[in-house]
Amino acid sequence: MTIQDDMNPVSADPETNVDGIARTVTERSALQRVLTLTVGPILAAFLLSALILMLVGVNPLTYYGYILERSLFSGLGLQQTATRMAPLLFLCASLIIAFRAGIWNLGTDGQFLLGAVISAASAPLLVGVLPGWAVLLAGFVLAALVGAVWSLIPALLKAYQGVNEIITTLMMSFLGVLLASTLVKLVFRDPETTVPQTRTLPVEDRLPRLFDTSISSGLIWGLIAVLAVHLMMTRTAFGLRLRMVGANPLAATHAGLSVPLLTLATFGLSAGFAGLAGASEILGVAGNVRANWNPAYGLMVIPLVFLARFNGVGAIVLVFFYSALMIGSESAARRLGVPQDFTLVLVASLLICLGLGEYIDHHKRKKER
Amino acid sequence: MSNASETVTSLSSETRAGVIGVHGVTKRFPGVIAVNNVSLTFHQGEVHVLLGENGAGKSTLVGILSGLQEPDEGYLSLNGKKIRLASPSASLDAGISTVFQHSMLVPTLTVLENLTLGAPWYERPPRARIAARMEELKREFALSLPLDAIVGELSLGQQQQIEIARALLRDSKVLILDEATSMLTPQGAHELGERMQKLVKSGLAVIFITHKLAEAYRYGNRISVLKQGALAGEMVPDQLKSMSEDQAVDEIVRLMFGREAGAGSTEQRNSTKRDDTVLKLENLSTQGDADVMGIADISLILQAGEIVGVAGIDGNGQKQLAEAMAGQRPLNSGRVELDGEDITSATVAQRRRKGLRYLTDDRLAEGSVAAFPISENTVLKDIGQPPFWVNGLERPQRIAQHARELIARFSVHAPGETTPIGRLSGGNIQKVLLGRELLGEARVVVFNKPTYGLDLKNIDTSRQRISEIAERGLAVLLISTDLDELMALSDRIAVMEGGRIRGIVKNDGSGEALRLRIGRMMAGEEDYKQATA
Repeated sequence: MTIQDDMNPVSADPETNVDGIARTVTERSALQRVLTLTVGPILAAFLLSALILMLVGVNPLTYYGYILERSLFSGLGLQQTATRMAPLLFLCASLIIAFRAGIWNLGTDGQFLLGAVISAASAPLLVGVLPGWAVLLAGFVLAALVGAVWSLIPALLKAYQGVNEIITTLMMSFLGVLLASTLVKLVFRDPETTVPQTRTLPVEDRLPRLFDTSISSGLIWGLIAVLAVHLMMTRTAFGLRLRMVGANPLAATHAGLSVPLLTLATFGLSAGFAGLAGASEILGVAGNVRANWNPAYGLMVIPLVFLARFNGVGAIVLVFFYSALMIGSESAARRLGVPQDFTLVLVASLLICLGLGEYIDHHKRKKER
Repeated sequence: MSNASETVTSLSSETRAGVIGVHGVTKRFPGVIAVNNVSLTFHQGEVHVLLGENGAGKSTLVGILSGLQEPDEGYLSLNGKKIRLASPSASLDAGISTVFQHSMLVPTLTVLENLTLGAPWYERPPRARIAARMEELKREFALSLPLDAIVGELSLGQQQQIEIARALLRDSKVLILDEATSMLTPQGAHELGERMQKLVKSGLAVIFITHKLAEAYRYGNRISVLKQGALAGEMVPDQLKSMSEDQAVDEIVRLMFGREAGAGSTEQRNSTKRDDTVLKLENLSTQGDADVMGIADISLILQAGEIVGVAGIDGNGQKQLAEAMAGQRPLNSGRVELDGEDITSATVAQRRRKGLRYLTDDRLAEGSVAAFPISENTVLKDIGQPPFWVNGLERPQRIAQHARELIARFSVHAPGETTPIGRLSGGNIQKVLLGRELLGEARVVVFNKPTYGLDLKNIDTSRQRISEIAERGLAVLLISTDLDELMALSDRIAVMEGGRIRGIVKNDGSGEALRLRIGRMMAGEEDYKQATA
């Protein structure tokens, strides 16, 4: 139920914005709304985090400055930031489909890892057998398929029995993460290394880098994925069907849509993109999967997708800032002794403040009426 | 209200002050006036029956008396003093206990635990005292409840007894029983009726909510009839006593289904029926379950230009019939034929393309997606179809243009086609949905309660549109709970009760006689008499 409430403003939002601009009367309140909805909460979140930093004895200005410098204002940092974006973007695409269609796919981590493992297991073996582009393509396709298959049980349970997918996808995610690690240790283990890990895809066979930088071209594919998904959800008949199922399944049934089949399609697409995210990390950057590797990107992306209100362009911007934050805080952790997990504190306070902003805006508008 | 005062013949009992009074109470929900300027007084020592169809406002009144809702206008009084029942606990403190239609007990706890649930947390359950009281209740009111039994293992009738016992343990002055007999066996209902009489003799006021006519007469001392949110009439104790059951039921039918005093004369429309059969339903049956009534053996023929009305008290299978026709509800058996073509296995979308259209009664929850703009809502049933989509790609301009045309043609009051449809009033949403159903080559339109919850002006234009549709040669199935509407528009009227068609009558313009006949069929009384004769 809550997902629908959350989603309602989404589809309505572009329209109300247009209204706001069109009418000069509401222009001032439109500016105020931007302040209460975005700028204000972001400033508040940074202030709140600054307080926490001061409490643990770190100068917040040094910390924020260091993150900026390390992730955005240094060439290498910027390249790292851009490279980190690729898997996050694929995950955004995955979640935009799911959330817009009213499905809480919280199992992206399991789907991501299984996709990563299958591409890491298959690609190195195919090198030499297939041409370079086909190796990569096979890796991506297999990852998408495995991701989708891993969502099959929750999908069938949701579509035909109405079982809450929040629980089932989360449970399948735990299983998926463990299964991935087991596969690495037992089945796909590279016999030539002592540390349990898969065979490594040689650097020259990975996704090509962009120009002379170290940025993986996975970034481009990730951007394409998000934009394609965004256009699919907003501009095609299929996307409208999915959105209708998400916004009002009863109305969808009434309009003659097959809600179970569309639910299955949502799961398949969403989990498939999560699998692609795993493949992009392996085929683009890491080259292999080490045992127990789990970056948990899936759950990290959820707040970003919500903040972007399931809008693809918005998600890209947020992913950029988030990767910058991650890259910056990784080195800040080493240099300033602030744990890397502090990014989570920052993101959490941002979410709380944005939620408060929304609440305040809602009440203001109620009063105006 | 002229009708109400008209039926009040005796004032002798009116002079006695009531325990609770409802004075000019009005309650609005988005798009609907649930209770409209209702004034009632409930007296000690009386079983006061609130009678009315679903949606007549009974449940809202119960909600107001039990503190779940507050009236928008008007006020409540207790023993002659004005009070406010802002919460369920305020209502309990005022001595009003409600036994809701669905059990409000915790099924995993014992009877004793359920009885002591509302008590302060720091007190130990006074088991001995409750046991003693229960012993008394058992003698007085034939309530026998094993204190240590798990509630979920008891029968529904016993669960209801627990709720009544709970009200008595609280020393309530007023006991509200909301649709209390709906889940009981006839025997259980009879026992409940006797128990209610014992309760009022001990000094309580009982408010008994039902939509069954015979029950109202048998168990009630005073009957108030609600119709579309307003008080349609009242039968006082003296009046009731002087009547036989048949007379009383006739009078109730007149109040429930009779012509409203103030309503303008609705002229019967001239038939535009043609000879060609458009839609043929043969022995349609659907699966029913605990929540949804199944339909059985429904056969109907719709001819071009004909309006066939479906009368019946809400919830007697009308919606299921409409859904089965639209293809939304799977059939157990039966056959649907459109223009001679068997479409029994066609999907919702296929039936729509062949010209079978269904305008749902649930405008907001089923008919539209509230957050989507009007433009998208106008094409929700044609997703992917040209000219609005080409190769699966949306053509927003084309859709917007279509929406603007629809808004103009059906005079929808809306700021623009980009406004989310949820912001429109019920009448305007209805116009959008009607426009959606009439798009393209429609052959048959099924209307489910098309004027429900609309204001008078919109009701008139809606009815006008329906007869225009029939004039154009389309076949219309008009499901309505408003007999005036059916008698004004229909060529024939099928009466549904208990998921079956009880009879199809020709709307021959015989007025009151026909109305009474339909009314009794709707109430199932005709059958009942035959069964008990």
